[in-house]
Amino acid sequence: MNTRRTRAVARKEFLHIVRDPRSLAMALGMPLMMLFLFGYALTLDVDRIPTVVYDSDYTPESRELIQRFQGSRYFQILGSVDQYETIERKIDRDQCLLGVVIPQDYSRKLLSGDEAEIQILLDGSDSNTASIALGYAESMLQRYGLELRAVAFNRKGGGHLVPPIEPRLRVWYNSELKSKNYIVPGLIAVILMIIAALLTSLTIAREWEMGTMEQLLSTPLRPAEMVLGKMVAFFGVGLVDMVLAIAVGVLIFQVPLRGNPLFLFFTGCVFLFGGLCWGILISAVARSQLLAYQMGMLSSFLPAFVLSGFIYSIENMPVVIRVITHVVPARYFVTILKGVFLKGIGFEVLWAEVVFLLTFAGIVFLLATRKLKQKLA
Amino acid sequence: MNDVNRDDRTMIQTQGLTRCFGALTAVSALNLKIPRGEIFGLVGPDGAGKTTTLRLLCGLLDPTEGQAWVAGYDVARDTQPVKDRIGYMAQRFALYGDLTVEENMFFYADLFGISMAHRDLLMGSLLKMTRMEPFRKRQVGRLSGGMKQKLALMCTLLHRPQILFLDEPTSGVDPVSRRDFWAILYQLVRDGMTVLVTTAYLDEAERCNRVGLLHQGHLISCDSPEALKSQLEEACFEVQGVNQRAVREALQVFEGVISVEPSGATLHVFMPPAHSSAEVLEKKLHEKGLGPVTVRPVIPSLEDVFIALIRKTPRNAQEPPMPQGGTTRT
Repeated sequence: MNTRRTRAVARKEFLHIVRDPRSLAMALGMPLMMLFLFGYALTLDVDRIPTVVYDSDYTPESRELIQRFQGSRYFQILGSVDQYETIERKIDRDQCLLGVVIPQDYSRKLLSGDEAEIQILLDGSDSNTASIALGYAESMLQRYGLELRAVAFNRKGGGHLVPPIEPRLRVWYNSELKSKNYIVPGLIAVILMIIAALLTSLTIAREWEMGTMEQLLSTPLRPAEMVLGKMVAFFGVGLVDMVLAIAVGVLIFQVPLRGNPLFLFFTGCVFLFGGLCWGILISAVARSQLLAYQMGMLSSFLPAFVLSGFIYSIENMPVVIRVITHVVPARYFVTILKGVFLKGIGFEVLWAEVVFLLTFAGIVFLLATRKLKQKLA
Repeated sequence: MNDVNRDDRTMIQTQGLTRCFGALTAVSALNLKIPRGEIFGLVGPDGAGKTTTLRLLCGLLDPTEGQAWVAGYDVARDTQPVKDRIGYMAQRFALYGDLTVEENMFFYADLFGISMAHRDLLMGSLLKMTRMEPFRKRQVGRLSGGMKQKLALMCTLLHRPQILFLDEPTSGVDPVSRRDFWAILYQLVRDGMTVLVTTAYLDEAERCNRVGLLHQGHLISCDSPEALKSQLEEACFEVQGVNQRAVREALQVFEGVISVEPSGATLHVFMPPAHSSAEVLEKKLHEKGLGPVTVRPVIPSLEDVFIALIRKTPRNAQEPPMPQGGTTRT
């Protein structure tokens, strides 16, 4: 292993990245774009659900019910209609998500002590949002029902009735339940995986495509030195991206960084190294940039995006897929990222994840160096 | 170790060197011996196995059978010492277009581990020799074809290799640049370098000390250009007529004519030695009503020799053109 040759490759690779506007955009622009895109646009928060009311009772009682919806931050009353069909039409045209129908006998039943019914119409085409909206509506109505019963009981002289259980909710780690608080940290794993695996495999495939590999193989440059040189260059790019992403997350998106930044940095480096080795492994098989790109996308970006728990919760996945997620390194890094950012935990809790990342990097490194080709055919 | 290693004048030697790609034999039982300080030209049509031979000698491919020694080392076993001692210039331009001339040279200097002081000295003299000094800071992608080839040559020369392998170094290069290129080669050989060059240009082959003709993986002839030309037994005549096509068709059926080959604007006719004369041929063509024609005996060119040699190669040894094992070749 000759450090001068390795350094020469790393320097050359840096020059390539800096000189080629496309690769520079890929290395720095894309992570930033993803951060802003996901940080701003991809919000899974469900609030201010557009709601339409059809009140055919039109009594103080029904107005009080509507008032309840209006007072909640989860619902936004867009207006009231005087026809059932109008709600249907508005839901069809995506003008509202939820419709509240209050029948004519609502107040009569309520005052006589019967069970008063109201209808909630919901657009279920986005099942995730619909079920959250439904949950909000249900719990709010339940609470309101209990209150009404207590008032009625009181009026009848039965003394003060309190609900049997009063939940005092306190959400930890992400108290406002803002989705950006877990999307932005998780995104760092996706970005690093793209930079590491995809870009590295692309640059080696490019050398094969351009014929420069043949020239390199005729020199004393050992394949391990070439690979290491390229890894150094992209490790540098990855570090810049990691720091950039953390800075944007903390400063612009106001994501709290509660844990130890150094621990985060260290585990990021391990993850990056594993990703780089993965890229080298791909390039040992793929000699064209197109193939390398496709393999990189399928084997690094997609798993990091879908199977890491970055957005889609792993607990809700079918068993088979859940088993597969265990070999996706991004899964462990996403856990670390969320843990350090939001929970402020460190090695004492996350040691298993760190051990896995180290093991993954080690195994892929061994495979990659073994697979390296020294010959043209 | 082989007895080859004791003979320190032999820089390149192969013994039964063979390389197959699947069912195709690209190089077949090649035996070569090239002494120090020689410019050896490997010529042959496209797909003859020239590039494969070079790649085998540089350790870029492993032989299917046989052995090769370069600078005294077994190429398959001691690949690294071989790589330290050779310079290889691939057929396809293989430097980085987004780097400058200087940066490319620095990169290769680093790869070959040349000391900084030595590097600057060497780069200076190489840039001067190739008259590339003014383009030091220019991005390689914006150089002309000839300059690119000169740069590629410089990069392979930085570590002062003992042996230089050049794969069609002047293809696509203008005649002036080609002359420059050869002037540089001669200077290098005077300094003791050994050069193995492949070429499709037979005028370039004439500049070599020795020439090997490769045809469908077989070395069918190997000697100095002069010896090769005198080897040809047939008499060769140059024929120039008005209606070349009619003349050619007439000649082909003449008694004794072995073959008729176009050579520029004229035809070259091969006949058994002392079978006929220019006058007889000219008279016969006149009789056919194809005059005016001029026929004169000529000393055959290398091209004539090679065409004759390939013609004599038994057909059964011939195989379809070989593919290039996944790598592109233009």
